[in-house]
Amino acid sequence: MATSAVEHAAPHAPAAHPKTGLWSWLTTVDHKRIGIMYGVSAFVLFMLGGFEALLLRIQLGSADNTFLSPDVYNQLFTMHGTTMIFLGVMPLSAMFFNFMIPLQIGARDVAFPRLNAFSYWVFLVGAILLNVSFVFNAAPNAGWFGYANLTETQYSPGLNTDFWVIGLQILGVASLAAAVNFFVTIINMRAPGMRMLRMPMFVWMSFITQILLLLAFPVITVALVFLMVDRYFGANFFQPAANGDPMLWQHLFWIFGHPEVYILILPPFGIVSEILPVFSRKPLFGYAAMVFSGAFIAVLGFGVWSHHMFATGMGPIADASFGLLTMLIAIPTGVKIFNWIGTIWGGSLQMKTPMYFALGFIAMFIIGGLSGIMHAAVPADLQQTDTYFIVAHFHYVLFGGSVFALMAGAYYWMPKMFGFMLSESIGKVQFWLMFIGFNLTFFPMHFLGLNGMPRRVYTYPEGLGFEFWNLIETAGSMLLGFSFLVFIWNIWKSKRSGEVAPADPWDGATLEWSIPSPPQEFNFGEIPTVDARDPLWERKRVEGRPLPEPPQVSGDDIHLPNPSVKPLIAAIGIGVFFTGFLLGNPWPIPASLTINLPVVLIGFALTAYGIFSWAFEPAE
Amino acid sequence: MSHDTAHALHPPTTTGLDNRKLAIWTFIGSEVMFFAALIGTYLVYKGKSIVGPFPHEEWTSPAGEHFEHIFEIPLVTFGTAVLLFSSFFVVLALAGAQRGNRKMLIGWLSATVVAGLFFVGMQVYEFSHFMHKGLGYTTNLFGSTFYTLTGFHGAHVTIGLLWLGTVLILAIRGKIPPEKALNLELAALYWHFVDVVWIVIFPVVYLMK
Repeated sequence: MATSAVEHAAPHAPAAHPKTGLWSWLTTVDHKRIGIMYGVSAFVLFMLGGFEALLLRIQLGSADNTFLSPDVYNQLFTMHGTTMIFLGVMPLSAMFFNFMIPLQIGARDVAFPRLNAFSYWVFLVGAILLNVSFVFNAAPNAGWFGYANLTETQYSPGLNTDFWVIGLQILGVASLAAAVNFFVTIINMRAPGMRMLRMPMFVWMSFITQILLLLAFPVITVALVFLMVDRYFGANFFQPAANGDPMLWQHLFWIFGHPEVYILILPPFGIVSEILPVFSRKPLFGYAAMVFSGAFIAVLGFGVWSHHMFATGMGPIADASFGLLTMLIAIPTGVKIFNWIGTIWGGSLQMKTPMYFALGFIAMFIIGGLSGIMHAAVPADLQQTDTYFIVAHFHYVLFGGSVFALMAGAYYWMPKMFGFMLSESIGKVQFWLMFIGFNLTFFPMHFLGLNGMPRRVYTYPEGLGFEFWNLIETAGSMLLGFSFLVFIWNIWKSKRSGEVAPADPWDGATLEWSIPSPPQEFNFGEIPTVDARDPLWERKRVEGRPLPEPPQVSGDDIHLPNPSVKPLIAAIGIGVFFTGFLLGNPWPIPASLTINLPVVLIGFALTAYGIFSWAFEPAE
Repeated sequence: MSHDTAHALHPPTTTGLDNRKLAIWTFIGSEVMFFAALIGTYLVYKGKSIVGPFPHEEWTSPAGEHFEHIFEIPLVTFGTAVLLFSSFFVVLALAGAQRGNRKMLIGWLSATVVAGLFFVGMQVYEFSHFMHKGLGYTTNLFGSTFYTLTGFHGAHVTIGLLWLGTVLILAIRGKIPPEKALNLELAALYWHFVDVVWIVIFPVVYLMK
């Protein structure tokens, strides 16, 4: 909004667009760079969450083990869940949102490039704050679900739960900002001819995910606010002594928490729906049915939260309604699975690594889906709840589902992102290690759960028949962990000596394969026009031959958004603001104040400065 | 800048709608869930407080201390009316901006800000008055839910005021020409939303017994 005559006089001064160096990354607003930063951060955090899980598995590997104390065990299982959901799978999806959505819809960037940078930096601040808790031996220890009133001050007096509440509030800001951005991007930034029902399925599933984020995150924000004011200011929201109802927490949490599981799985659904057609050499089967089943899953996802609460005694009418609604979700999910099978049916399958992971995804997700239907039956659930059967279920959908699909996406899209092909042979070794390790780790949990082994308990006594399968699981988990080291090795080796990726290594159907690998800063030299659902396949069909390698074009006349450090400043401000809630009152007066007011105010001022100067900074 | 940022940066949007306008609508959709959770909680806990003071009835504590009912309907009704009129004022200010009528823009935008300030002032007075009458934040469920819900609404009004105030300063400095009326329209959309939320809160919290 401020005058930018100077900017216009020298729009391409090299100083304004540094291409390399730390500063260029701190100030970048390029969706591709932000996507890479999401990917690297999320992968590191994902490995950390996996390491936490391995420590848990070592503890559970034998009966009456003393490897971890109960308190450390609680911290690790809480941080494992919180990390994998908020710092692992969600930001790994965000990496693909960032990198691929603009490319797939034929745009030069997202609708709000600086807001995009802001989302990433806020995410990073929240992730760091959550994990700093380990340094103080005060990691969150009340479960990723944070059930009140266990999380109230009288039962969780330490900083542990404060770290959890604060960390999640910060991550919520990041998710909401990103969701607004991608919602607007998908509606408003599509290339000419890219009608809604021509969008690639990944874009569609991401679009539905943004709607879920927009509607679910405010609810957890409110629940966390209630918990914060209870803990910090002595409010009564979840205090039974004042007639506050801990059930309110569970309802609010799961009104967020159930849509959250679709936030975790719908983008992977989209990834797999991109990969299966390309490696089956035929279009996605039942495109419209795929779109609408995804939307139907999202709608139902808001009506089934109480199936997480059957054991709380809601009464037969609520139990029956939520059980029935939950079973309904099997219909759109089944539609998707049959359509995936319909896509590969009769196709000429190219068994490349992405295809291995995509097929593994279908098989594993079906297992997880079937045990999910079992939980929808209330009497069955009352037996299974809080046992390892549940742990088996959600790892089959979140690991066997989401993570397998994210790996498929990594093998499929990393050539586009970085310009080199990953090794096929190492990739297939990784797949089999991961597939075997995964099933060894999680399949026996079904048996243990049905035999009555409770979850969230740090050990078990000898003689209950739990030892054998637990040992197998621990061994399997080591194999699973190792498979990710193989992935890192593959990246390292392929980057050094791998094949250079052409623009279109897989004979792809969507627009990202029409431009060089890696894409130039402005993505498309000329904004493409779309006249079919699989635009690149259509172009190749019309031309009757493979397309020539696209040339690097000069983008001198293309206006790109300016880099900006303001999003980073605003994000740091938010971090400082919330840190004030963890530091305690430095003065004795007023004694009732439990926050560090100066730090909170400095954080507020910094955020306000960041946002105001950002609003008045020329964007271009 | 001599032209609209969104249009210079990108080719015309797919829908023809400005990105920023769509973003505000999207954000408002999200905010609906935020206030739905707050208002829902207020309703769930309505009448559940085990000690007074209460919104509509008097209460005498076991120790014999007497508490008046908390709500003063006339004052908040007046504040509500002022807030609703401010929505009308900002519409007139926007019309002024779009027509390039600076007097109309600055006059009505100032009126909007003054009305908003009055509402926030009323709320500050109300809060301190209620505290004085014995309703603390931690006193009972009514206190916790009432202050949290109306406090968050007040915070939204305050942010709206900061935003409108910024636009007012720009307008006074002549930086809201007709082609930039959208800068006011965005703030106005948010302002209307904050008003609409109050239209729900006022009857649900103050009038329903």
